[in-house]
This record gives sequence, structure tokens and C-alpha cells, in this order.
Amino acid sequence: MPKLTIDGIEVEVAPGTSVLQACEQLGIEVPRFCYHERLSVPANCRMCLVEVERSPKPVASCAMPAGEGMVVKTNTDTVHKARKGVMEFLLINHPLDCPICDQGGECDLQDQAVSYGYDRGRYEENKRAVKDKYMGPLIRTYMTRCIQCTRCIRFVDEIAGVPALGGLARGEHLEITPALEAGVNSEMSGNLVDVCPVGALTSKPYAYNARPWELRKTESIDVMDAVGSNIRVDARGGEVLRVLPRLHEDVNEEWISDKTRYAIDGLKRQRLDRPYVRGADGKLKPATWAEAFAAIKARVAPLPGNKVAGIAGDLVDVESVVALKDLLTKLGSANMDCRQDGALFDASNRAGYIFNTGIAGIENADVVLLIGTNPRWEAPLVNARIRKTYLTGKLKKVAVVGQNFDLTYPTEFLGNSGSVLSALADGSHPFVETLKAAMNPLIILGAGALRRGDGLAVQAAARAIAENVGAVREGWNGFNVLHLAAGRVGALDAGFLPGTGGRDLAGILAGAQSGEIEAVYLLGADEIDGAKLGKAFVIYQGHHGDRGAHRADVILPGAAYTEKNATYVNTEGRVQHARFATFPLGEAREDWKILRALSTELGRPLPYDTLAQLRQRLVQVNPVFGSLDRLVPAVWAPFGQAGVIADAHFASPIENFYMTDPISRASQTMAQCTEAFLKPALPAAAAE
Amino acid sequence: MSAAHSHGPAVAEPTSFEFSAENLEHAKRIIAKYPEGRQQSAVMPLLDLAQRQCGGWLPKVAIDYVAHFLSMAPIRALEVASFYTMYNLKPVGKHFVQVCTTTPCWLRGSDEVLHACEKKLGIKAGQTTPDGQFTVIEVECLGACVNAPMMQIGDDFYEDLTAETTEKVLDALARGEKPTVGPQNGRIRSCPAGGPTTLTQSALAAGVKPQN
Amino acid sequence: MLRDEDRIFTNLYGFESPFLDGAKVRGDWSGTKEILDLGREKIIELVKESGLRGRGGAGFSTGMKWSFMPKTSNGPVYLVVNADEGEPGTCKDREIMRHDPHKLIEGCLIAGFAIGATATYIYIRGEFYYEAANVQRAIDEAYASGLIGKNACGSGYDHDVYLHLGAGAYICGEETALIESIEGKKGQPRNKPPFPAMAGLYSRPTTVNNVESIAVVPTILRRGASWFAGLGRPKNSGTKLFCISGHVNQPATVEEEMGIPLKELIEKHCGGVRGGWDNLLAIIPGGSSVPLLPKEICDTVLMDFDSLREVRSGLGTAAVIVMDKSTDIVRAIARLSKFYMHESCGQCTPCREGTGWMWRVMERLVKGNARVEEIDMLLDVTKQVEGHTICALGDAAAWPIQGLMRHFRPEVERRILEYRTHAERGARVAAE
Repeated sequence: MPKLTIDGIEVEVAPGTSVLQACEQLGIEVPRFCYHERLSVPANCRMCLVEVERSPKPVASCAMPAGEGMVVKTNTDTVHKARKGVMEFLLINHPLDCPICDQGGECDLQDQAVSYGYDRGRYEENKRAVKDKYMGPLIRTYMTRCIQCTRCIRFVDEIAGVPALGGLARGEHLEITPALEAGVNSEMSGNLVDVCPVGALTSKPYAYNARPWELRKTESIDVMDAVGSNIRVDARGGEVLRVLPRLHEDVNEEWISDKTRYAIDGLKRQRLDRPYVRGADGKLKPATWAEAFAAIKARVAPLPGNKVAGIAGDLVDVESVVALKDLLTKLGSANMDCRQDGALFDASNRAGYIFNTGIAGIENADVVLLIGTNPRWEAPLVNARIRKTYLTGKLKKVAVVGQNFDLTYPTEFLGNSGSVLSALADGSHPFVETLKAAMNPLIILGAGALRRGDGLAVQAAARAIAENVGAVREGWNGFNVLHLAAGRVGALDAGFLPGTGGRDLAGILAGAQSGEIEAVYLLGADEIDGAKLGKAFVIYQGHHGDRGAHRADVILPGAAYTEKNATYVNTEGRVQHARFATFPLGEAREDWKILRALSTELGRPLPYDTLAQLRQRLVQVNPVFGSLDRLVPAVWAPFGQAGVIADAHFASPIENFYMTDPISRASQTMAQCTEAFLKPALPAAAAE
Repeated sequence: MSAAHSHGPAVAEPTSFEFSAENLEHAKRIIAKYPEGRQQSAVMPLLDLAQRQCGGWLPKVAIDYVAHFLSMAPIRALEVASFYTMYNLKPVGKHFVQVCTTTPCWLRGSDEVLHACEKKLGIKAGQTTPDGQFTVIEVECLGACVNAPMMQIGDDFYEDLTAETTEKVLDALARGEKPTVGPQNGRIRSCPAGGPTTLTQSALAAGVKPQN
Repeated sequence: MLRDEDRIFTNLYGFESPFLDGAKVRGDWSGTKEILDLGREKIIELVKESGLRGRGGAGFSTGMKWSFMPKTSNGPVYLVVNADEGEPGTCKDREIMRHDPHKLIEGCLIAGFAIGATATYIYIRGEFYYEAANVQRAIDEAYASGLIGKNACGSGYDHDVYLHLGAGAYICGEETALIESIEGKKGQPRNKPPFPAMAGLYSRPTTVNNVESIAVVPTILRRGASWFAGLGRPKNSGTKLFCISGHVNQPATVEEEMGIPLKELIEKHCGGVRGGWDNLLAIIPGGSSVPLLPKEICDTVLMDFDSLREVRSGLGTAAVIVMDKSTDIVRAIARLSKFYMHESCGQCTPCREGTGWMWRVMERLVKGNARVEEIDMLLDVTKQVEGHTICALGDAAAWPIQGLMRHFRPEVERRILEYRTHAERGARVAAE
């Protein structure tokens, strides 16, 4: 533990700490541009120079390891002069177009120029102009503003794992340039906007939309995948203008996926802003809440409970799931399922369906086995964590059962058929030895692998592997299910599953076909084939006119995740609260309140009138909902059901990363990304 | 990236590239110089090989080919190709004339050498003759300062130039001859023009008369 | 004057064969095994005793540098020879490579042995096509004769020597940029620490030495450290290759004793300054990076590290650029500013932005199109670059300008006044 003195204050720091980090520990501010705590340290901007005793020249504090007995000064004339000089150099070729720059108001260069700059320019030569580069539909470039800090190059190389940017030429001609004409082909590219300290890389969809001080900022949780990324929702009036990442070391660090950041224009399109009731002519007609409720009452109230069923979708919050479950129970129905994808797995034991290791726990793994999952698309932040661990050298091997995707780190492909999994489970596959030899083996079972007729057996096989190779022991649980849906784990925790004698998804659909189920309540369930609902009376509650609404007889307009205070549980089982940022559109309402109102209409009022009361009910349903943002280790107990695993290939559940739910499907930005990055290049139109 | 070579004849960007059989063998020998897994070290010599094969410049396909050959990201190879001045990212003439104009050459008349080139070839520095035979550019110090002024044409240094001898060299090349490389004033390499002041014995043995 | 028998580079001008036949006659590769038999420690000690200071410019003790290498190491250790000669004015290593390559290769073996290296990479600038060809031929000869490779010279020590060609980047003469370049990257200098002795080429312990530093080692060890230390002055010992270019009657590269008076060097070997010594304006004594010296200092200064440091310049690469009174001294330095701008790798802010700024102001000063205050502003800019960058290129860009202003400020001011007078006269004429 080296001890050093900074500005007369002694401080002891962990070995490997840089002088800059040591300064930060003392609360001493050191300006910087190129340094980013999650990226490699090039020390090229030279803004963080400090004086170190016995060093003839000022030292770049970001790259200098703190040494025993070092005497550092950050507040001397030499230091001030050095910083002023660097600031002046950065500004001589910077356009100073702050009034028309989207970075204005949140620009490192602008802020530090105020603190460290000269009050006037001495540069009288012509300024440099740099040609803008095309970086795809998400990132707008204004390369004359670039200060060549190379954060963007390092981000795509190191974090995103895609060598998509380079620094071409040299000297004052050094230019950041994309490798491909299509732009930066990464699910994480939007983070470039955040890592760029100036206005060279800005958000294309957000261009010229707002100034930061005009925005109302709400700390919330993302629902575009099951990671539960921590986000900040920036809104003006009733419109969400942008989503930014919020720091959570254990979840998303300081990154978010492009879908999380850029699907928000989908919140403005194809929205359900009023109730609808299907008329005698078979057409959906706008209705009042009273008319909609009356229509439901007329069809549902007379039915015996076993003829009613509920299906919860991918984006549902725990409050509305619990409210729907309570309502169905009051109606006498045990027919409910939250696995709208038809996945079959044993949810009786929480350890059997969550990501037990935790996302941050990945960093302790030395061997990873991926079963039927493409984490790069299913959970980019989980994939980034695997890559991060790989880059540290700690993670020695990643093996894949399933489709062999480019995951941004080397993988060993074991095969993609069910028999490979069987061989791993019975110990006959040679890779079992590698897993056994590992200190902390980690198994990630993709949601797609459970979405098969033999899901229970697949789950059991994965459990068998975990137990056989010592992946589950005191202090380490390497068994993980990677979910796709933000609402899934919460709904499983709430027990939105068939009750005693109740029907699961397949049973509900079969019943709807046969007429045994006469009413189906789709709570944001948009992945169901409408034809499979037979002649059942369908109530759709949700926020988008997507697949569920098209089949509905009554539509109840609900709130999107940015429009309500709601609980979500991520794939790790982490309970987090999303917060209301803008009002639901038009006549739409918060979802649990809709169910509460409907329950009164149906004569079976739910026993909670406020969010606080409902949240007490949540804890009653499952105490885990009371542990906010804390991982509660799940008790390991048998789960799954050993059986024959079909030899069929494991298939990826996601065909298009950019469009996986009603919001992203409505997003034009996501459509542009699909066009730019996923559609094979079309031959140039020769029509003209 | 040298902005210099934009006035040459229109040479179409090739759509494919691969090493000739001979260069393929050469490339393998080069890679063998570096430790296993460090084949990226060979990127510079392999780009040079590709450039020679392509007639003095590096089309994008050749850079990508070399990158793939070495299992490195194409953008990393492009960074290298754009950083080092000896890689030409645009076509150049058959005779690539590089006139050093850095101070030691300038002191001894590199301006005249450059003007002689421009006058003789009818082009400005940075341009290529319409017949694609000559490209002339100004370059920085080539490390032959005691033989200033000098120019490099292809791999060859022509030293101790005057306007007249510069034109002579260019004329010879235009005629398809290969002028003698090195000093153009009769002097022996970096030895003082009037004869060596040191190493008297070996000079005499070689039939060279020392000074004094 | 140094006697011929005390010269190390006895084939400097290529009067004899550069290859193994000639080299053996000159004494190369004689008793190499016995030298290796001295052991690592002893060799380093002798090189320290000889007083050899790095011939690449910085002048750091070569033996001391070697002693920084780890005594034991699991895995490869490298010697890298810096043959990326490119400092304007400098062309000495070129002569070693094309006319005496075996001195270099034998030096690689001995130095490599002394630092515990498993292999040597010689990094030659790409423009030196024929020099590289000669070195490669010498390497091939040495392998074929068992002088290097497995059981080199029968010593039981294995040492490989490889050639790596650059492709046009002055910055690769900076040792960590050179390492990056061998690794197949842009030549951008690394931050230190870690120093190459800890983590250099391929993150392995590495020593980078200049060609001349390595090539003199075999002779030093054969003739004795005290022989070398006895030449020159204390702490500035030995012989040195000097490249004298510019306005002398007979530019040349010559090996002389360290500490030779500058005037004697020029008059003895180069036929004097063009038009006589009194026609001298200024000299850049150690390659383009070091500040120039006006004639009155040149009259007496000695050519070694410490003497030139005392006059606020440096020996650098011992490349002597002579400028007579016909020289446009401001343009001569402005041209160097352009060189540094062109060669800046671009990673550090002060150098990337400052070299261009300095050159643009210098170009205006050549014509006098500036205000007198801008001289101080320019000096201030040089100070903002100097010492604030990862490598020394920033310093090298700053020093020539500082030297110019130190000794020729009146000339710069005169041009500004003249330019203004012309402009005002022009304006008056136009008005009338």
C-alpha cells in the first residue's frame, strides 16, 4: 500500500492506483479529457499534468502509478501554466461553435475552458477543418470539434469489442475514421456519444432537440432487455427526448445498449391513447373507459373462473402482474402464465430461473459455458461483462452450445444440437473436464433454450452440469438463466403461473381453441399468435397497438415504462424501481390502477388503493420484492425434470436485435438501424 | 496520408488483390521472424510487399488483404498504412521522385533540385506526369545529409545534386537507362570531395588519393 | 587529431569489402567467444568503465542502461537496435550499415549477451534499402559461419538477429515508438513507466540502443575499456562519428575524437567553412533538434556532450549543420519547424497542435509578417510544448526556435520592422 503526499496531504492507496486516482480519493480535482476510468490510459491529452518532486518535467497523473513516498503537487504555477497551455492548444483548432453544438452545456471542453483557459485567444492562423464521417443512424459527427482524445477508438476496441474506429494519418492530420461505410456496427455504439468529451460525436436522433437545462431528469430502469440497466430519462413536456445510462457498477456500469438508448422514439408511435371496443361490425371503435369496462363486465362477469385466463407479457411491471393475479384469483381462475414465449421450465425454485451469479459476478468466472444463447443480442451488457472478464485474462475459456455467434471474444464451439447438452450433462463430453478444473465455472442458459418442448429437461440438464462440475457451492453459484424480458423474473417471483389445476400457456391456447376458455386477459402480451386465441373474448391492456391489440375485443390503454412508478426484477433477481417521467398518453392510465378500477367494476374490488398499499401486497406475495436493489441469494434445491433432450438445434430467440418488443418495433430509429446494420447491402438502385 | 499524389493518371481502384506465389513465400518468411502469435509485426513489411506488387501504391483491397493475412482488424492495418509516409494510398508514377527539402539539403540547393524536376517534367511537386512515368514530391530528411542535396527515386539515392545533374538523372530514366546511384559529382560516398582526410592506408590500397 | 589506428570504423567510406571477408581483415569477429566468456556482469562493467555514452542523441551511459535489465528472466528478452536514422543532419549509422555491418552484428551478439537477450531486432528506416540489404547479407553470412544463431561463436549462447524495416516515420527513432512499430502498430511513443527494460517489445524486457553505440562495443572490449576512456575528455570519452553538412567546402562523415574543437573538425576534414571561417553565421552542432550556436561560440566550443550542454545546446547525434552568412537563418529554422510538424505522431495535444502553430508563426516571421510581441508569444508556445509531451519530439520542435531567438532575435525583429515599413510605404504610395 504506497503512501504518498498530495498537496501536503498524506494518502495511502491500493497498489496500482494512479496519481490521478489518488488525487480523486482526496477529492482533489484533476482535469482530463482522454482519461476514462473504464478504458486504457493513453495519457495523450496532457491535461492532467501534475508536479512530482524529483521529476524534471510535469507528469501525466493518469498514467503515473502512485509510488511510495511520492510528493505530488497539483496546485502550483507550473501545473496551472501547463494546463492552461494544453487548454489553449485544444482550443486553437476547435471551432468554438458552442451556441450551435449539441454538447453545449454538458461539454468537458467547455467546462474546463472556463476553469483553465486563457480569457482570450492568441492563435491567429487559420483553423483546421476536418471532414465529417458517416457513423450510422445513431451517431452524428462533427469532426472539426474532435480533440483526438481517442476515447471513441478505445471504447469500441475495448468495451464494445468491435474494431470499428481508427485514427488515420498522423500529427495534426490525425483523424478518427470508421472502418466501415455502414458506420459503427455495435449494439453498444450509442455510448460513444457519452464517452466523447466534446461535440464531435453526438446523438443523431436527439440532434438539435434540446439543451440539457431544459430537460426534466428522472432516474429510472430500462425494460428493453432483462438486464435492468439503470437509466436517466430526460423529458421535456410530455415527451421523452433521450435516455442516458446511470452508473450501477453491478448492473450496467456506465453503459447502455443502443436499444435502451434509442428505441424511445417508439414511445411516440402506434400508442394506445384511449380505450377501444370491438363493435358488432368487427371493427375496433374508440370508447370511453366506462364503455370498455361495461363491455368486459358483460362478457366476463357471467363466466365461471375456469373459463377465464390471463397472460402477462414481456414488459409488465410487478404491480400490475400482482393486481391481475389477484383479480383472476378473485374471479376463481388459476389459468395464468407469464411465459408468453411458451418456455417450459420449472419455476418452483427461484435458483432455477435467475442469473444466480449476478452480472458483476461474471468477473470472477474463469470458464463460461453458454447454452442456447446469444448474449450479445439478448443482453449486450452481460456480453460486455463477459468480454471485460476475458480482457483481464481471468476468463480463460468460453464454450458455446448453440448457434456460434461472434460474441466479441474467442469462443470454443461445442456444437449446436441437443445431444451435445446431453453429453455434457451425463459427463461424457470432454469439455466437462475443463469445467471441473475451473475455479469458478459459469453456466449461462439462454431463455431460447427453454423455449422448446423439452425445456424442463434442458433446464434439468443444465442443473446437472452445474452440480457435476462444482459450479454450485458455498460462495459461488454458477448456474444462470439469461432472460430476455424485463418483466419475466418479476412475474415469476409474483407467481404469475398456473395455480392448482390451472392452465399454462399451452393449456390456455388449447382451451381458447376448444372453447373451454372464453375470456383471455392479455396484460401487455404481444408475442402471442392471435389466431391461436380461437373465439375467446380478448382483453388487451398495454401501451402499443401491436400484435396483442390487433386481436383484442377490448383495449385498455396502459402506461409505458417511462410513464409509471413500477417495480421490475432483472434476470439476476434484482428488484428495482422505474419512475414516472412523463404522463401516460391521452386517456391511458397506470396499469395497476386500470386493474384496480376494473376489479370494482367486476364487483371484486382489489384491496389496495395506493401504490404504497399495493407494494405492501407485493412483499406479502413474495418478500423478495422488499429487497430493493439487493441480490438475495436463492436457495439451491432440485428443479427441472430430467428427461430426453431432443436432438434439435438450439435456435436464437432474437432475429433482430433492434426490434424485440412493442416499443422498439414502433421505433423508426430502430428501423433505421435494422436497415443499416442487419439488412445485407442491397445493390445500388440503378433505376435512375 | 500524403495528399500529394492526386494529379496522376486515372488508375482504377482494383477490386481484388492477392500475393503472387513468390510474394506469398516471401511473406511467410517475413512472418517467421516474429514470435508465434505476433504476426501483426509483419504488417509493415507485408504492406511494402503488397505496394511493390501493386506498382508503387496500396489500394484498399491490398491493405485489407494484408490485414486478413495477419488476422488483424483491417482498420489497424489502414492506420499503419496511413501513418507511415512510404505507403502511397494513391497511385504514383513509374519513377517516384522524392526530393529532400529539409534544412541540410535546402542549405545546399534543394530548391534548385526541385525546380529542375518540375521544369524537366513539366509538373509541380505532388503531381504525376500525364504519361504516368514520373511523380515528384517533396519529402523530409532521407538521412544522406553530407551528400546534400539529394533525391530518392524508387529505392535509389541520387546525391550531391545540382540542377544539371538532376536533369541528367531524369533524362536517363526517361530513356529507360539506370543512372549510377550515389553522388553525382564524382565523389566517393560520404568521403570528403577532395579525398579522405582519414583512413589513409586503406584509401591508398583502394587507389584513392588522400588529402594532403 | 585522432590517429587512424585509433579509429573504430576503418571502412567508413567503403574502400574495402563491407562483408565478412573484409570484416575479418579489419579484426571483426576475432576473439568474440573470449569476450562472451567474460560473462554478462564483466562485459557491462567494462562498457561502463569505457565511459561509452549512447550515440543516438541522449548520451546516457550505455553500460548503465544495460544494467537496468533484469538479471534473470523466464522467456524472451530483446535487444533492439535503433537504426531509424532520421534526425536531419544525421547520416552516420548509414555508413556503418552499408560499409561495416559486421561491427554492428558482432555488437548485437555481445550486447545481447550482456543484457541476457534471446534475440535482436535491428530497426532500419525503410528508405535505407541498400543499407538494409548489406546488413541482411552480413546477418546471413554470420549465421552461415556460426557467428550468430545457435551456439554463437561456439560460446554456447544462442542469439538470433532479425531485420525490421520502417516505412517513413521519424518518430520511430523514439525507442518506444520504435517498439510499437515493430509490433505492427503506428509509431506512437508509449508512456513511461513502464520502461522498456521492464516491459518493452512484446511486453518483454528490452534494451534499445543506437547503431553506433552497439557497433563500437566489440572494439572497445577488444582494445580495452581504458583505451576508449583515454580518448576524449572525462565523461565524454571515446571516438565519435561526425556528419558535417551544409555550408562547408567538403561535407563529410568522419570519425574523430570526442571533444575535438568544432572549428578544427570543420577545417581539418571539411575544407573549412565556405568562404572562410569568418563567413560563418551559425552552426547546429548535434542534429536539427539542438539549438543553434552563433559563430562566436563556434570559435571555441568543443564537440562533446558536456561542452555543448554548457553553451545551451547539445551533442545530439553529432550532426553538424553549418550555415554561412548567405543563410536565411529564419527560414532555415522555419524549415525545421515544418519537419517537426510533419513528423509529429499526433497523439499528444501540445505537439499535435503546437508544432503546426509554431511552424505557421515561423513562416510569417520569415517574411516579417508579424508583430514584435509575437516573438515572445512564440517563445511562450515553445515553452507550452516543451516538457509537456510523452516523448521528446515536442522538445525537439521547441529548441531550434528557442535557439534562434536566443541568438538571432535582432534579425527577426529587423524583418518585422522592414516588412512593416514596406507595407506602410506601399500604403502611402497607394494613397498618393
